[in-house]
Amino acid sequence: MSYFKILKNGIVKENPTFVLLLGMCPTLGTTSSAINGLSMGLATTFVLILSNLIISLIKNLVPDKVRIPSYIVVIASLVTILQMLMQAYLPGIYATLGLFIPLIVVNCIILGRAEAFAAKNGPVESIFDGVGIGIGFTIALTLLGACREILGTGVLFKSDDFGIAGIPLQGESGGMLMFVLAPGAFIVLGYLIAIVNKMRKA
Amino acid sequence: MEYILIFITAIFVNNVVLSQFLGICPFLGVSKKVSTASGMGMAVTFVMTLATLVTYCIQKYVLDPNGLGYLQTIAFILVIAALVQMVEIVLKKVSPALYQALGVFLPLITTNCCILGVAILVIQKDYNLLEGMVYAISTALGFYLAMVVFAGLREQMELNNVPKAVKGMPLALITAGLLSMAFMGFSGVDSGLRLLFGLD
Repeated sequence: MSYFKILKNGIVKENPTFVLLLGMCPTLGTTSSAINGLSMGLATTFVLILSNLIISLIKNLVPDKVRIPSYIVVIASLVTILQMLMQAYLPGIYATLGLFIPLIVVNCIILGRAEAFAAKNGPVESIFDGVGIGIGFTIALTLLGACREILGTGVLFKSDDFGIAGIPLQGESGGMLMFVLAPGAFIVLGYLIAIVNKMRKA
Repeated sequence: MEYILIFITAIFVNNVVLSQFLGICPFLGVSKKVSTASGMGMAVTFVMTLATLVTYCIQKYVLDPNGLGYLQTIAFILVIAALVQMVEIVLKKVSPALYQALGVFLPLITTNCCILGVAILVIQKDYNLLEGMVYAISTALGFYLAMVVFAGLREQMELNNVPKAVKGMPLALITAGLLSMAFMGFSGVDSGLRLLFGLD
């Protein structure tokens, strides 16, 4: 497979959120705004690329029976590194995303790609797969976050953690708060997947 | 009194699935039938209680005294993975009937984020051991409740005639949204209870 094809595969054909329906907890839990979704997507992409690279390098050294536990240790170490980096340089967004950063360890996308792709392919292909799937996940989270933010608050790309004022799209009246709260996450994601299904069939 | 407050809050007000978004994968994945949903709920209750007990002790007696707090994520996930394996082995020997009921769900639980999530939350909220245990058990019961109610709804919707694009996961998600909205009706109950018990 050419590198471009691997990239496209992760973004379109095997989009982790809309097609494979993996990693639903962070998808629903961190997308109260577009910037939060984007940050979570990038954090996951960071872990995904490095874990794919490391696992494709060590795949021949690890005995088959202890494969899954050793992958989990690799992923957990990378998440710990990410936690330390974010605590040091991005404390605001780290506090906002909260519990979902350590929970990247149990995100099925990462272990899934390690098992399905990195354990069978070389390091360069694995990096491209990590980038592709990561971008696919980030796009999905940002899109979901943007929809919820516009419907819920009437502003786009607002973030107090980065001090961004955002683009106001509906006057002062704001929006329907429900979309920022828990029910909105389920409902917006449900309709987005329905739209993607419709487009794929057409 | 505080224990009752933790109990009610964890089950209804901050339901682990419907308002904290932990454990969504089993919530959407194994909720097609009430019987499997209740099996999964029981398995999670069992493992979550045990895992919180063990991870609490690890944090307080191994990690904290040695200044290894930053190893929390790695230590907890390994302990949970090992624990699930052990529970599986012990159950198989001691209670084959229970193993029959829960066995299929046990391997899935290692990567269920509500187990690791609750273990970390108990530490973050600075609970003592008893409060932590009450929190873990009531969170698990909240998970069980959400699973069974949602599975009941999905069983009823099975035969409904809906547009093709919405069939399956989108319809399940929208139903979960409505269920989550229903649970939002409980918000405020916790502050009411606080007033009632005179905790404020």
